[in-house]
Amino acid sequence: MNIFDFITKLLAVTLAMGTSLTYATLGEVFTEKTGILNLGMEGVMLLGALTGFVTVYFTSSLALGLLVAMLCGAVLSFIHAFLCITMRANQVVSGLAITMFGSGLANYLGQRLGPASNNFNMAGMNLPTKFNDIAIPGLSKIPVFGALFDVSILTYFLYILLPLAWVFMYKTKFGLSVRAVGENPHTAAAMGIPVSLTRYVYTTIGGAFAGLGGACLSLAFTPSWNENMTGGKGWIVIALVIFSGWNPGKVVIGTLVFGGITSLQFSLQAAGLKMFIPSQFLSIAPYFITLIVLSAMTIINQSKKGSFASPAALGSSFAIDDK
Amino acid sequence: MRVALEKRNQRSHMMTFLVPVCSLIISLLLGAIVLRASGANPLKAYFAMLRGAFGSRTKFQYTIREAIPLLMCGLAVGIAFKLKFWNIGAEGQYVFGVIGITWVMQFWTWLPKGMMLPVALLMSLVFGAFWGGIPGVLKAQWKIDETLTTLMMNYIATGIAEYLYITRWKAPRGNMGTVDYPSYAWLPSFWGKIHYGVFFAIALVFILYFVMYKTRWGFELNMIGKNPRAAECQGVSIKKNIILAMLLSGAIAGLAGGIEAAAVTHSLTKGVDNGYGFTGIIIAWMGGLNPFGSILVSILMAALKTGSDALKIMKLPAAMGDVLQGLILLPLLAGSIFTDYKLLFIKKQVAVGEAKK
Repeated sequence: MNIFDFITKLLAVTLAMGTSLTYATLGEVFTEKTGILNLGMEGVMLLGALTGFVTVYFTSSLALGLLVAMLCGAVLSFIHAFLCITMRANQVVSGLAITMFGSGLANYLGQRLGPASNNFNMAGMNLPTKFNDIAIPGLSKIPVFGALFDVSILTYFLYILLPLAWVFMYKTKFGLSVRAVGENPHTAAAMGIPVSLTRYVYTTIGGAFAGLGGACLSLAFTPSWNENMTGGKGWIVIALVIFSGWNPGKVVIGTLVFGGITSLQFSLQAAGLKMFIPSQFLSIAPYFITLIVLSAMTIINQSKKGSFASPAALGSSFAIDDK
Repeated sequence: MRVALEKRNQRSHMMTFLVPVCSLIISLLLGAIVLRASGANPLKAYFAMLRGAFGSRTKFQYTIREAIPLLMCGLAVGIAFKLKFWNIGAEGQYVFGVIGITWVMQFWTWLPKGMMLPVALLMSLVFGAFWGGIPGVLKAQWKIDETLTTLMMNYIATGIAEYLYITRWKAPRGNMGTVDYPSYAWLPSFWGKIHYGVFFAIALVFILYFVMYKTRWGFELNMIGKNPRAAECQGVSIKKNIILAMLLSGAIAGLAGGIEAAAVTHSLTKGVDNGYGFTGIIIAWMGGLNPFGSILVSILMAALKTGSDALKIMKLPAAMGDVLQGLILLPLLAGSIFTDYKLLFIKKQVAVGEAKK
C-alpha cells in the first residue's frame, strides 16, 4: 500500500472518530466553563447513541434521530444540573450516578426495543439509512488533505461550529457571562448575571451536544448498536477538556490526536502488527496515552499558571446566601 | 410564602437514615415507570426480582455470596471518599488483585500446600495496593486528577488481564481463561454457596470502623476530607495520607478480587471485570461512608443483581438491575440536602421597619 493512501485513510478514520469526540468535548467545555463538572458524559453519550439508533431504525429519519439523541442527552444532563445546582449535591458523585443510570437505561432499552425476531434485542440490527460521506468534487482529490473534504455532514458542520463556539465564548456578552459564572459566581451574581440559570442552560446544552456525539457513533462512525459501545469515550472527553485548556478553539487538537491514536491502533491491528504487539496492548494504548498525556499536561500547567487553568469555581456549589 | 434553606449545625441523624430509605422507595417508583413504559407489569417484575434474590435457600446464598465482593469494594472506595479522593478505580484494583492471586496460584507451586492460599491472598492484596497506589502518588505529588487516572487504569488493568488469559496464561484447553487453581488452595464454603470470605468482609467492617472513628489516623482522614486547609495547619500531611489511604483502598479492592477468585471463579477468565468496583461507589455513598451502613446496602445491591437475572423468565432484560442501581443514587443525591440543611417556610416577608410599628 502506498504511504499516502495509508495516511489519507488514517486521516479519514480520525475525522470520523474525532467528530463524535469533538461534539461531546465542546459540550463539556461549555458546561465546565460555568463551573459545573459533568462526569456523566459516558452515560449521556451512550444514551444518545442508543436513542439516535432506535429512532432512525423505526423512522428512517436521520434528522429525527439526531434530534431525539440531543433531547435525551439534554434531559439526562438536566437531571445532573438539578441535583448539583438546586439540590447542591456533590458534582462528582452526581456525575457518576448519571453515567450509571444513563448506561444502564441505554443497555436496558437496547435489549427491550428491538424486533421480536431478534429477541427484542437492538444489537446486531441494521439501519435503513446512515450518514454517508459526501465528497466535494475537486477538493476531495487533493492528496492526503482531500480526506478533509470527503466526510459526513456531521463533520462538515463542525468546520462551521468550532469557530463559532470560540467567537461565542470569547467575543460575545453571553460568553463573558459564562466565564464570569465559572470563575467567580458571587461577583457574577453581583453583576446581575443569573448564576443558577446560566449553569442550568449550559449543562443542558452540553448534554445535548454529548447526546449528539453519541449519535455520531451509532449513526455514522460504526452504524450499529452494541452494549457499552462508547467504551469509555465519555471519560476520555473529560480528559480532552483538560487538554484543551477549557478553550473551545483548542478542542479540536485533542480530539484529532486522540482520534488519530485510536484509528492508528485499528490500522496497525489490521496491518497485522499483532504478530509483534499483542492486540490487547494495542487496544489499551488510547487509555494509556490519555493517562500519560494527562499527567504530563497537569505537570506542565502547574509550572505556567494562567491561560491553562481550570475555571476557578469548577465543581463547587453556589448559593447566594452562603459565603 | 417562601422556602429557604438553613445550614444545620450538625448533620441530622434522622435524615441520614430516612433519606436512603426514601431514596430506595422513590427509585423503585421511578423504575416502575421505566418498566411500565417498556410494556411490562412493574409489580410482577419486582415480585419476580424479590423471589429471584431471596425466594429459596440457594437463591439467598447466591445473593449473600454476591454481596461479599460488593461490600469489600464499597469499603475500599469509602476510605478514599472519606478524604474526597474520588477513587473510581476499584474495578481495576479488583482486577489487578485477581491477576496477583492467579500468578501465585499458577506459578508458585513450590509453596507448601497449606501456605498457598494465604500467600496468594496476600499477593492479591499487594497487587491491588500497587494499582491503587499509582493514582495516589500521582495525585499527592503532582495533583493529577484522580477521577481520570483511576478510570483510565481500569481499562488498562482489564486489557492486561485479557492479554494474560487469552495468550500468556491461557490454559492448554479452551480458547480463553487460565487453568483452575489447585483445589487444595480454594477458599472453601461453609454453608451452601456462602464461603469463608464473608468473615473477611465482616472483620474488615469492624476493623475499618475502629480505624475510621477511634484512631488518630481516621480522625486525620476525616479532617482532610472536611477541611484540608485546617488539617494542614494542624500539621497533618495531606500527601502522605492520600498515598496511605489509596494503598489501603487498593489493597481492600485487590483482596476482594482475590477472595472472589479463590472462592468462586478459581481462575482468571472473561468476566473478571464485572462491575463490582463501580457498584462499590453506590454502596459507599448510600451507606453514608459508614462501614456498617455498607453491609445493608451491599446486600441490597447484590439482591438487585441476582434478582434481575430472574427477570429473564419474564422476557425482560437483566439490565433492569443496572437501571435500578443507577436510579437509586439520584434521589439519594437529591435528598442529601436535607441532612445538611433545614427547610424553612417563611410565611411572609415583613420589612424591619414595619415590624416595629
